[in-house]
Amino acid sequence: MRTTLPFLILAVLTLAGGVAAMTLRRLVHCALCLTVAFAGLAALYLNLGAEFAGLAQLLVYVGAIAILIVFAILLTRGGDDKAEPSFSPAGAAGVVLAAAVFAVLGWAIVTSGILHQAANPAAPPAPMRSIGLALMQRYVLPLEVIALMLTAAMIGAVILALREKRPQPEQDQRSAQ
Amino acid sequence: MTLPAPTADQIWVWIKDWLVFHTPAPFQPLASILCIVAAIIVVFASLFALTVLLERKGLGRMQNRYGPNRVGPFGILQPIADAVKSLTKEDIVPRSADHVVHYLAPLVLVAASFLAYAVLPIGRNMTAVNLDAGVLFFFAIGSATELAVFMAGWSSRNKYSLLGAMRAIAQMVSYEIPLILSSIAVVMIAGTLSTSAIVDEQARYTHGIAHWFVFTPWGLAGFILFMIAATAETNRSPFDLPEGESEIIAGYFIEYSGFKFALFFLAEYIEMFAVSGLGITLFLGGWSSPVSFLAWIPSWIWFFGKLLALICCFIWVRGTLPRLRMDQLMNFAWKFMLPMTLFVILSAGVWRFLPATIAGSGALGAVVRWLVCAFIVLLPYVTLARALESGRKIEKREYRFAE
Repeated sequence: MRTTLPFLILAVLTLAGGVAAMTLRRLVHCALCLTVAFAGLAALYLNLGAEFAGLAQLLVYVGAIAILIVFAILLTRGGDDKAEPSFSPAGAAGVVLAAAVFAVLGWAIVTSGILHQAANPAAPPAPMRSIGLALMQRYVLPLEVIALMLTAAMIGAVILALREKRPQPEQDQRSAQ
Repeated sequence: MTLPAPTADQIWVWIKDWLVFHTPAPFQPLASILCIVAAIIVVFASLFALTVLLERKGLGRMQNRYGPNRVGPFGILQPIADAVKSLTKEDIVPRSADHVVHYLAPLVLVAASFLAYAVLPIGRNMTAVNLDAGVLFFFAIGSATELAVFMAGWSSRNKYSLLGAMRAIAQMVSYEIPLILSSIAVVMIAGTLSTSAIVDEQARYTHGIAHWFVFTPWGLAGFILFMIAATAETNRSPFDLPEGESEIIAGYFIEYSGFKFALFFLAEYIEMFAVSGLGITLFLGGWSSPVSFLAWIPSWIWFFGKLLALICCFIWVRGTLPRLRMDQLMNFAWKFMLPMTLFVILSAGVWRFLPATIAGSGALGAVVRWLVCAFIVLLPYVTLARALESGRKIEKREYRFAE
């Protein structure tokens, strides 16, 4: 297996971002480090020649999800949060769960035999055109179903966020003056 | 191996090839990259200096005053004075600010703004990176600037900067949707996301007139919508609420001084050039000339000429329109821009499938297609404008607080 310098740099960057996101004290710093990890992952995709996956990752995760996370932090928390105990039962459960998921994924990769295959340099990266055609022809129904579901979710969110109208005689008077 | 003789059109490509040709073989890829990056940074940073002067002079002219006229003849050395001033000013960081994030924010902003130039074709064979998904790359990189704005606003520990950042992000997220949707029409017709291929598609001539997308009804509407959304994306007047001086002083970069402030200023203009460059690429035929008998003018002159024309429009708009209110801004984005871009996409789809010529009728087919597509855009425009206008009384405003 060949490890290139760009891959090493990006891998270190992604891992460092992930580790920092878990260990830093202030939530906004964690969110920003998580963004670094997202961007590093996107760059890894680009490095592998998966243009669409990389750019979509950048657009969705850095452009939308990260903004959503920081907005959520800003709008729900006031000021700095206190130092939390470094060990908690929930944390231990999280570690066990993460280790289990990692073990399953690692086992799946090791047993799939992909490691023993020679790297196939002839495999062409999927051009944008074929991805577009596949989305618009073969997979058009799932695409539309997802679009409908997302729209429904968005409308639902807007309805939840709408302020309920209550009669407020005091304010009406004030505005009439 | 020898290089072909240079032509005026390819002079910059030739210079780059010549420089790369004369470097030792192991460094050639690096030299090639360095040439392109250095050229982009130098050219667009100089254009920034020129534009700032042009803007201050132009705004002065529109507001019946002189503008800068002290440094050099007619004040043309003003950008140099500004640069020296911002380099020598003290860099003040608030004590309670988050120092690392405060330091990183302008760097991320400038880096992300410059990265967008990687896919812009600024002349024939003059695209830095010819990506298959160039348009997607442009928007993906552009989304990183929102995060930089947030970093600046949050790390300053100032309520005005935080408010400015919130306004900026809300505005950028809202106007990104019409921006992307209006470019989708072009992507549909061109059938590619590569910026070079989109320009090639438009650099063809029928009866001596280029196939620019702006000459089609959906292209014209799409171009106008694109430029409005671009103005909002770059926080230019009349969409400059994030830095509304009368309300929140300077928005997300209040707490920046000296060269960091200059970097924010630079990034704003660099983004404006980049998004105008994308507009030129998508709708105005990139580096191609509008009529075939002017095709002898070098392609890069066409690109920069169009860019300067768009910059002048930006300055003109800034000198003309007052700032919007926040609710007006959001209503405009979601109730007007978004539906209009959807109709532009519909119109482009109809354009794609209507026959350009009907057998035995000459130019009638083309005219019918043009009119049908124009109708698809115009009818919703009139209906929407009337619907939004109805029930709204325009009368003399009463001011309760600002008397």
